Amino acid sequence: MFERIIRIVVKELIEIRRDPWAVFRLTFPPIFQMLIFGYAVTFEVSHVTTVVLDRDHSQESRELLSHFSANTRFTIVRVAQNEHELRRAIDNGEATVGITIHPRFAADLLKGQPAPLQVVVDGTNSNTALIALGYVGQIVATYSSQTNVSLTHRIPGGAGPRFVTVDLSQRPWFNPNLDSRWFFIPGTVGTLSFILIVSLTASAIVREREIGTLEQIMVSPIRPYEFILGKTIPFFLIGFIETSLVALFGVLWFKVPFVGSPLVLLLGTSLFLLSSLGLGILISTLVKTQQQAFGSNFFVSNPMFTLSGFSFPIASMPKPMQWLTYLDPLRYYLVVIRDTFLKGVGLEVLWPQMLAMAALGVGLLSISILRFRKALD
Amino acid sequence: MRDPAVSDEVAIRVDNLVKRFGDFVAIDHISFQVERGKIIGFLGPNGAGKSTTIRILCGLLRPTEGRVFVAGIDVARDPESVRQHIGYMSQKFSLYSDLTVLENLQFFGGIYRVPKNLLPERIHFALEMAGLLGRENALVSTLAGGWKQRLGLGCAILHRPPILFLDEPTSGVDPESRRRFWDLIHSLSDANVTIVVSTHYMDEAEYCNEIALIDRGRLLALESPSTLKARNIGGDLLALECDDIGKAIRLLKGHPGVRDVAAFGNRLHIIVDRDKGASSAIANTLAQHTVLVKRLDQIEPTIDDIFVQMVGAERDSRRANP
Repeated sequence: MFERIIRIVVKELIEIRRDPWAVFRLTFPPIFQMLIFGYAVTFEVSHVTTVVLDRDHSQESRELLSHFSANTRFTIVRVAQNEHELRRAIDNGEATVGITIHPRFAADLLKGQPAPLQVVVDGTNSNTALIALGYVGQIVATYSSQTNVSLTHRIPGGAGPRFVTVDLSQRPWFNPNLDSRWFFIPGTVGTLSFILIVSLTASAIVREREIGTLEQIMVSPIRPYEFILGKTIPFFLIGFIETSLVALFGVLWFKVPFVGSPLVLLLGTSLFLLSSLGLGILISTLVKTQQQAFGSNFFVSNPMFTLSGFSFPIASMPKPMQWLTYLDPLRYYLVVIRDTFLKGVGLEVLWPQMLAMAALGVGLLSISILRFRKALD
Repeated sequence: MRDPAVSDEVAIRVDNLVKRFGDFVAIDHISFQVERGKIIGFLGPNGAGKSTTIRILCGLLRPTEGRVFVAGIDVARDPESVRQHIGYMSQKFSLYSDLTVLENLQFFGGIYRVPKNLLPERIHFALEMAGLLGRENALVSTLAGGWKQRLGLGCAILHRPPILFLDEPTSGVDPESRRRFWDLIHSLSDANVTIVVSTHYMDEAEYCNEIALIDRGRLLALESPSTLKARNIGGDLLALECDDIGKAIRLLKGHPGVRDVAAFGNRLHIIVDRDKGASSAIANTLAQHTVLVKRLDQIEPTIDDIFVQMVGAERDSRRANP
């Protein structure tokens, strides 16, 4: 039994070694994508193009606007002279945020009345719009609390109305600076390995079907499980090297901390590779050509990525979608890899994820072995 | 799962085999048997059902109807047991082109469960047979067709199967390599290996002990090449070479004394009534219509002629009673 499995593993490894592009294909795209994800994918919004319209021209209005110009999150691209100019800047995409200060701003402020401020946001990208609005709120809140303090001081004898301010102190755990790269890099490691392993294994069997060697193997006395295991073990090894490479790159290049136990991550990665390989091999037994394998891989990997919780929180999905995520190996691995990288938790917390990946892996591989009947029709 | 009704001397028995793919009937009630150590050749045009029959015999396809016994085992019921007894080689030769000659042999030796202590000797034999001694480390992709074909055969017999299936093993290989390949097949047959080989080269039929003529899924004849050639084609056979074959066909179809006309390359084969007058009557007709005759004489029918005549007769009878 082992003899034949080893024969197939050796054959696969020789074929990979002979492929002059294999090393390039296995290293360059993942590193390249890691760089892209690391630099381009971020939740943070900065340098939001902003147009301002100051109709009050007071000391207070200028001070408020200086808070915006001093902040790197906003870039004031235009100071509008009238309502029309502001509207046009938003319409033609010159600015994403428009801030209007009304004529009685300073007067109302000094009287202790609410001083209205109008903010217009281009909501085309609702995510950016929401985040930008949040920043506007923060800046205005800072400004008004400072104004409150100075107003209190200005009233002689301190006899005026007392303003009570609540100081909210935020202390995010595990990622003190809320660096979204820390969140994305470990997720990217999992996602890249998943896509690569599923696509490699999806074409593994079907390639032999196309070149005709599968027929030769089918007429031999080899058993289906020997063949399937022989075909998957090399990709397991490749997946391991791949995942380590990309993870190491994330730690060394992007300085994402790794606080957890390497052994826990090792176990999680093994189980994750097992389930990804199972999925790829299952695709390979279902399709007839490499082209079909490529198509189904796209059809499977994309939804799996979307449902994994890589960037869209699973808790916000409708219930039926949430149920679907339970079939997604990536979903579990992202929890394992993020928690071992950033939180440093161990098996006492991650055992449900480990168990789910093991069950998916064994299940998918068993279905593939049962499906791989040694017949052409 | 041996069938007591199948004697040890019968390597293959096929009873009323039918294979349908949807509405298409690929094999239409074929029955035959092959004795041990014989070479049986499946002859017929592309799409006749030769490959489908071989694949069913190997257990790669399931029969729709009928029963197939190979080495006394019912293939449809127990394909796994059959695999110990058979070797198979398809026209693709099914080798890994990015592996070396030796790596291919080691791989197939491994998956065919050749005992480890016997493998070096078997590999040496296969290398010798293929003429590849000294080229063990050449990549298969660098080998010419004839060598690939012999290496493919070498891989298929590493486990010494008593029954060997060869599906168009000589297609796309040069004539010299084809001749060498048939020498190998004969030496295997001398060692009591039963061989089923399909081909569309009619000249290769002469190398077989028995010929199964197959057309459109039907078995038209199963007999030795000499019996087949002795078949009466229903008249004398004339070969005609002339400057306008198309015109000659039009003139000769329905010509008195002419039974059948068929084109063979740049020649026409004409079956005429056994009457010496036919030849000169044809020559006259052609001359009258300014067809320049280069050659017109009587020849011995080949298996090609018999095949064409039998296919024609079979198709006529099917048209008469569908």
